[in-house]
Amino acid sequence: MSTVKTAAQPLYRWFAEFRQPGRGTSWLVGVLLVVTLAMSAANLLLPPESPLYVSTYTITLMGKYLCFAMLAMAVDIIWGYCGILSLGHGAFFALGGYGMGMYLMRQIGDRGVYGNPDLPDFMVFLNWQELPWYWFGMDQFWFAVLVALAIPGLLAFVFGWLAFRSRVTGVYLSIMTQALTYALMLAFFRNEMGFGGNNGLTDFKDILGFDLQADSTRVALLLVTTLLLVIAFLTSRAIVQSRLGRVIVAVRDSEARARFLGYRTERYKVWLFVYSALIAAVAGMLYVPQVGIINPGEFSPLNSIEVVVWVAVGGRGTLYGAIVGALLVNYAKTRFTALMPDAWLFALGALFVVVTVYLPRGLAGLFDRFTSKNAETAWPERAKESNGGLSTAEVSA
Amino acid sequence: MKVLLLKLWMAVAAVLLLPTGSPLAQPEPTAPAVGSVLQQLPGASLKKTGDLVRQLEQAGGAEMRPLFEVMLAGDLYYVKESGQLLQIQKNSDGARMGISLFEGKSLGEFNSRDIKKVRVNNRLRSQLRDAIARIELLHGDEAAQIAAVLAMLDDLNEQNLRLLQTAQQAGVSAEVSTLIELAEAMVQLRTSTDTADRLAAIEVMQGRLETPVRNQLQRLVNSDSEQDVAVVAAAQKALDKISGRMEFYGQMEQLFFGLSLGSVLLLAAIGLAITFGVMGVINMAHGEMIMLGAYTTYVIQQLMPNAIGYSLLVAVPAAFLVSGSVGVLIERGVIRHLQGRPLETLLATFGISLILQQAVRSIFSPLNMQVVTPEWMSGSLAINPVFSITYNRLYILLFSLAVFAALVAILKKSSLGLNVRAVSQNRDMAKAMGVRTEMVDAMTFGLGSGIAGVAGVALSQLTNVGPNLGQSYIIDSFMVVVFGGVGNMLGTLVGGFSLGVANKFLEPATGAVLANIIVLVCLILFIQKRPKGLFPQRGRAAE
Repeated sequence: MSTVKTAAQPLYRWFAEFRQPGRGTSWLVGVLLVVTLAMSAANLLLPPESPLYVSTYTITLMGKYLCFAMLAMAVDIIWGYCGILSLGHGAFFALGGYGMGMYLMRQIGDRGVYGNPDLPDFMVFLNWQELPWYWFGMDQFWFAVLVALAIPGLLAFVFGWLAFRSRVTGVYLSIMTQALTYALMLAFFRNEMGFGGNNGLTDFKDILGFDLQADSTRVALLLVTTLLLVIAFLTSRAIVQSRLGRVIVAVRDSEARARFLGYRTERYKVWLFVYSALIAAVAGMLYVPQVGIINPGEFSPLNSIEVVVWVAVGGRGTLYGAIVGALLVNYAKTRFTALMPDAWLFALGALFVVVTVYLPRGLAGLFDRFTSKNAETAWPERAKESNGGLSTAEVSA
Repeated sequence: MKVLLLKLWMAVAAVLLLPTGSPLAQPEPTAPAVGSVLQQLPGASLKKTGDLVRQLEQAGGAEMRPLFEVMLAGDLYYVKESGQLLQIQKNSDGARMGISLFEGKSLGEFNSRDIKKVRVNNRLRSQLRDAIARIELLHGDEAAQIAAVLAMLDDLNEQNLRLLQTAQQAGVSAEVSTLIELAEAMVQLRTSTDTADRLAAIEVMQGRLETPVRNQLQRLVNSDSEQDVAVVAAAQKALDKISGRMEFYGQMEQLFFGLSLGSVLLLAAIGLAITFGVMGVINMAHGEMIMLGAYTTYVIQQLMPNAIGYSLLVAVPAAFLVSGSVGVLIERGVIRHLQGRPLETLLATFGISLILQQAVRSIFSPLNMQVVTPEWMSGSLAINPVFSITYNRLYILLFSLAVFAALVAILKKSSLGLNVRAVSQNRDMAKAMGVRTEMVDAMTFGLGSGIAGVAGVALSQLTNVGPNLGQSYIIDSFMVVVFGGVGNMLGTLVGGFSLGVANKFLEPATGAVLANIIVLVCLILFIQKRPKGLFPQRGRAAE
C-alpha cells in the first residue's frame, strides 16, 4: 500500500493543486476553452471524412451540456454555499429560454407555415388577431435579452424576498420552489398564456441574421456558451472567495449565529438567489437556440431535481464539481438513453440513492479523501462539517 | 289489491278508449284471453298491431310488460310455420338465438328464413312506451312510479292526467302523490282560463326543479299571446324562485365536488402527514406508494375476475401490506442512513421514486391499467332533479374520513402511537426509556406508506392507474401537509378539505388549470406569511 502511495505521490500532489481554489480551477477553465476550441476547429476546418472530424451534432450536444453545466453551477452557488436547496431552478432556466424563444419566434417573420409577418404560427392557428402586449419589442435582440434576464431575476427577487424575510428555510423552501415551477408548468401548458401551450416555441430560423442550421452558427453558439460559462464561473468564484462569500458560508453553517453577529442574512440570501437565477436564465437563453425548441416540459419538477443530482454527483460547494457532475451525468444519460432507454431511470434513481447515502460530497469529496491532508489546510471549515453542509438549525426547521 | 287495480284500470281504459272510435276499442264485458290476442299478432298490419297492443295491455296488465319491452327493442319475431311468438337475440357469433317470451327459456338457434319480425313503427313505439309507463305507474314500486310520472310530465295530456289521477286514488306514496299534484297543476295552468285557478297552479309549481315545469313557466313568460298579467307576473316570480333554488343546489354540487377533491387530497396527504409530519422524513416516493396501492387493486381484480364486488375489500388490506412493506424496506435500506439530513432524504427518496416508476413501467406497461368499478360503487344518488351525488365519490369521501379516524386512533390510543409520538418529540430520551427507536422508525414509515397504499385503492376508482399516478399527487400532498401545519393531523384534514373546496369554487370562474395555479400561488404566499401552517405546533414539540 505504502509503495503504491509513494509511486503515486506526484499524482496526489497534482490533485491537491487541483483542489486549491486558485490554480486548480483555472486549469478547469483552460481545459474547457481548449476542448471547445479544438472541437470547433475540427468541425469547421476538417473535411467530414477525416477521423478527427467533429460532427455538428456533437458540437450542439456539447453546447447543450455546457448550458446544463451553467445551470448546475447556479444551483451549486445557492445550495452548496448557502444551503438553499432549490428544486425549482429549472423555472428560471425555462423563463430565460422562453425569452430567447420569443425573440427567435419573431425572427421567423413571414417564413412560418401561415406566412403571417407579425403573428407566430401558433397564434394564427388559435385565431388570434394581434400580438399580445408582452410580445412587443421581443423582435429586438437587446430587448429580448433584457426581458429574459429581468423576468427570472424579478421572480427570484420577489420569491426570495418573501421567503427569506419570513425565514422559510430548509425543506419548506425546497417544496415551495418545487411548487413554483410546477405552477409555472401548468400555466405555460395553457394555450391562453400566449406561449404556444403544449408545443411551446419551435421552428426557429435564424438568430441575429445568422442561419441557426449553419455549422458556423452552431460553433459560434458553442463558443459563446463556453465563454459565458467561464465568465460565470470566474465571477461566482470571485463572489464565494470574497468577504461576501464568507458571510454566505456562515449563513449556511449557522444562520442564527450569523444573524446574531449583526448580518442581515436574508439580504445576502435574496441577492445570492437572484444572482443564481440570472445565471440559470442565461443558461436557458443559450440552450434554446442550440436545441431549437422550448416547451413547458422544461418547467417540470423532474428537470429541476435532476439538476440537483448533477450537483450532488459532482460535489456541492465546489463550483467546478457542479460543472463536472453536469457533464458526466448528461453524457451518461445520452449514452444510456441510446443503448437501453428503459434502464436510464433505474440508473438515475440509483445515482440519487448512492450519491446521497455513500458520497454526500460527490466526486469532489472523493478527491478530498485522496488528498485529505492538503484539502484540510486549504478549506478548514469544510472538513469540520459532519452532515454534509447542513447545519442543525436547518435540520430542525 | 292488484285485482282491484286491474279492475279500476279496465274501467278507465274503457272510458279512455271510447273516443278513439276504433271498432276494436269498444268496451267489452270481459277482456279477451291474452292467448287469443297474441295469436293475432303474427302478420298483423301496423294499425292492427296497435289495436292488439291496446287489448293486450287491457287484458294482461303488468304481465305484458316484458312482451312490450321486447317489442319496443324490435326483438319480437314469430316462426313462419307455427305462428309462435318469440324473442330473437343475436349471440356473439351472430347466430339468431330464440328465447321464449314469458318464461325466458332458450329455444335454440333459428334460421333467418324461418322467422319473421313483428313490425313496429314510431307511432307504435310511442304507444308501447306509454303502455309501459302506465304499467309502471299502476303496478311498479315507488321508484318506478316516480320515474313513470316524471316521464309523463314531458308530454302531459288529458289522457295521461286521468291515468295519474286514477293511480292517485288507488293509493300511492306521498312523494308520488305530490308529483301527481304537480302534473295536475301543470295541466291546469295550461288549460284553465280562470286567473285564480292558474295562480293556484303556479303556486304549486313554484320551487319545483323538474325541467318540464321550468320549461312551461319559461314559455308562459316568453309568450306574446298571454294576456293575463297577473299570471305572467306570478310565473316570473316562480321562475325566479326556481332559478334561486337551482343556484343553491349548484353551489351544493360545487361543495360536494370540492369535498370530494378534498377527500382525495386528504387520502394522498394523510400518509405523508405521518412520514413527513411526525417523523420529519421527506418522502418523495410517497406518490409511488399510492401508485403501488392502485396497482395492487389492479392485480387483485385480475386474480378474482368473478368477484369484482369484493375486490376492493380485499385490495385495501393487500395494498396496505404491499406499500407498507416497501416502505419498511426503504426505511431500513436508505432512510436510516440519512438520519437528521432531511434534504438528503429528499434526494434519495426521489431516486427511489424514479426506480419504482420505471419498475412499474417495465413490469406492467407504460400505459394506463383498467381498474373496474364494482357495481355497488357506480351510479348516483339523486337528491332532486338537479342535484345528484355519485356513489364512488360519496364512498371515497366516507372512506377518507374513516382512514383518518383510524389513523388518529392509532396515534392517540395504541402503544405504537405512543412510541411514535415519544420518538418524534425526543428521540434520545425515548431511547433512554427503553423505546426501540429503530423499530419504531421502521414501523412508522411502514404505517405511513401503507396508508398511502390504501389511498391508492381509493384513487384507482377516480383516476387513471398508470406509472405517473403518484407524481401527480406528490406536490399537492406536500402542500396539504405544509398548509395544515406539519405534525398536526387535524391540520391535514382541514388543509385537504379547504384546498379541495377552494379549488372547485374557483373552477367555474377560471377553469380547472388556472384554479390549480391560483391555489398553488396562494399557498406559496400563505406559507411565506405563516411558515408553520394553519395549526402550528407549539411548545417543545415545535423545536
